[in-house]
Amino acid sequence: MAKVLMKGNEAIGEAAIRAGCLNYFAYPITPQSEVAEYLSKRLPEVGGTFLQGESEVAVGYMIFGASGAGERVMTTSSSPGISLMSEALSYIAAAHCPAVFVNIVRGGPGLGGILPSQGDYFQATKGGGHGDYHLLVLAPDGVQEAVEMTMQAFTLAEKYRNPVMVMGDGMIGQMMEPVEFPDDLKTEPTNKDAWATNGMSTRKSKTPNLVKSLFLDSAELNRNNLDLKAKYEQMKKEDVQYELYNADGDYQILIASYGTMSRVCRTAIDMLKAEGIEAAMFRPKTLFPFPEKQVYDAAVKDSCKCVISIEMSMGQMVEDVQRCVMGKKPVEFYGECGGEIPSPEKIIEIVKELIG
Amino acid sequence: MGKTFSKPEALTDNHTHYCPGCTHGIVHRLVAEAIDELGIRENTVGIAPVGCAVLAYNYIDCDFQEAAHGRAPAMATGIKRVRPDLMVFTYQGDGDLASIGMGEIIHAANRGEKITVIFINNAIYGMTGGQMAPTTMPGQRATTAPAGRDAAQTGMPIRMANLMSEIVTPGYVTRQAVLKPQMVNKCKKAIKKAFEYQVANTCFSFVEVISTCPTNWGMTPIDSLKWAEETLLPYYELGDYKTPEEA
Repeated sequence: MAKVLMKGNEAIGEAAIRAGCLNYFAYPITPQSEVAEYLSKRLPEVGGTFLQGESEVAVGYMIFGASGAGERVMTTSSSPGISLMSEALSYIAAAHCPAVFVNIVRGGPGLGGILPSQGDYFQATKGGGHGDYHLLVLAPDGVQEAVEMTMQAFTLAEKYRNPVMVMGDGMIGQMMEPVEFPDDLKTEPTNKDAWATNGMSTRKSKTPNLVKSLFLDSAELNRNNLDLKAKYEQMKKEDVQYELYNADGDYQILIASYGTMSRVCRTAIDMLKAEGIEAAMFRPKTLFPFPEKQVYDAAVKDSCKCVISIEMSMGQMVEDVQRCVMGKKPVEFYGECGGEIPSPEKIIEIVKELIG
Repeated sequence: MGKTFSKPEALTDNHTHYCPGCTHGIVHRLVAEAIDELGIRENTVGIAPVGCAVLAYNYIDCDFQEAAHGRAPAMATGIKRVRPDLMVFTYQGDGDLASIGMGEIIHAANRGEKITVIFINNAIYGMTGGQMAPTTMPGQRATTAPAGRDAAQTGMPIRMANLMSEIVTPGYVTRQAVLKPQMVNKCKKAIKKAFEYQVANTCFSFVEVISTCPTNWGMTPIDSLKWAEETLLPYYELGDYKTPEEA
């Protein structure tokens, strides 16, 4: 298929349809409202369901309801909206329901701003809502990857019966890039008769299905948490995604970065190479499950003097990098916030300082 | 001699966890009878609330989803929008629907979602232990209003059916009670009618049911029925507040 030039937000909306998701509920918030605008036109054309809810809180439960009934469903929002949806995310995870949430992150905390940020890393990977649960979190570095990850998200959500988050940022949502929609990323929906509230008349078994998260018996609740934990362990084994860039040679420093930030780091690495300085990049594409072993292996390479995590935040992913490198190499951090993005020149300056 | 009275198919054999004298059991039965009579059990999804009726799925024998506190109408919206062929109802109490879930219920009604809402108004929080609800009467004691509700501080009780009747979008809004056999019979008719509107894809339907909570009111079941009739019914007047035909 030929490439088309599309804005990130619109491409994410189209990707959902191409993945076979015809149900979308959302509440407007900058910088991702174009997804809702696009799908309000496109979904009726393909016989799908579009609904603008009264709040992100309500939208979270529209998603939960639709998912519990066994249908593919997606919402998109941005940071403050994801905070409100986090209540539902906890319930959806607890009830083992698949759903896709896209967060086009803006600067925070509070109302913050509307420019790109990576300040929601903790919220996305460490919870956000209450209780012991994780989302599977995909972090695209541009519009093409946002399309591919949105399509993959439905497959992964159904594989694990767990909510999947595609975490981009305002840059990815707002910029235009040429994209194509790979047909092979579309999968058939899984059979949900064993658990979904899709109506007894449609199923062979005439036992009612129940989608729930309440376990008043401590042993039963413990068991549900163990079931969740087993899924997260399986994700770590089977669905870690990452990229190493310029990592074949003897690099002196390993830059950890993801999403939009990795695009800038890539440029800085190319510019450093032209000066004869070798720097490699470790880019997690899944923020949860985090590529734990991969960042460790890349960091402990003999030539590597130190690791630096460069983020559009005040230091969030760096905690995972430190955890995984286990003190074998120094782990530094540099970040800017609020829509400020570290420049290639700034990165080059910091790298030169660190490697002396 | 033929059998003249039996348990609805849509009710399970489980004993309920409800307190003696609680009217949840009556309303569960009315919902189950309506489901049976319309033959919709295998196409029905219930939404359990947070509150005493959170375990409603143990008693009403159809597919169920459990919502967070107050979010049942949003969850029902999600199901109904993606599966319009399913019959979707919520069963919510007054803390759930009239306090934390006020936004969700108003907007579901205003969108004209083709769902059925059974709203149990017993003027108190039950499961959490007798705290003040938005529907608690002035002077009525609650564990968070030990001297009785002070309307000067907390306002007057919210009359949901009255409020819902102001929504311009067509709908069926009625307030019923289960304090006497005649009232139970009328309530049954209203609940069935509410489901019929959904089956015919006509409109949103809302049945408020004035109920009792002897445990948290600190009364015997008999005194509770009497108190509800004397105190609640003059303020919460029974009857149809809105029908789609008049729109």
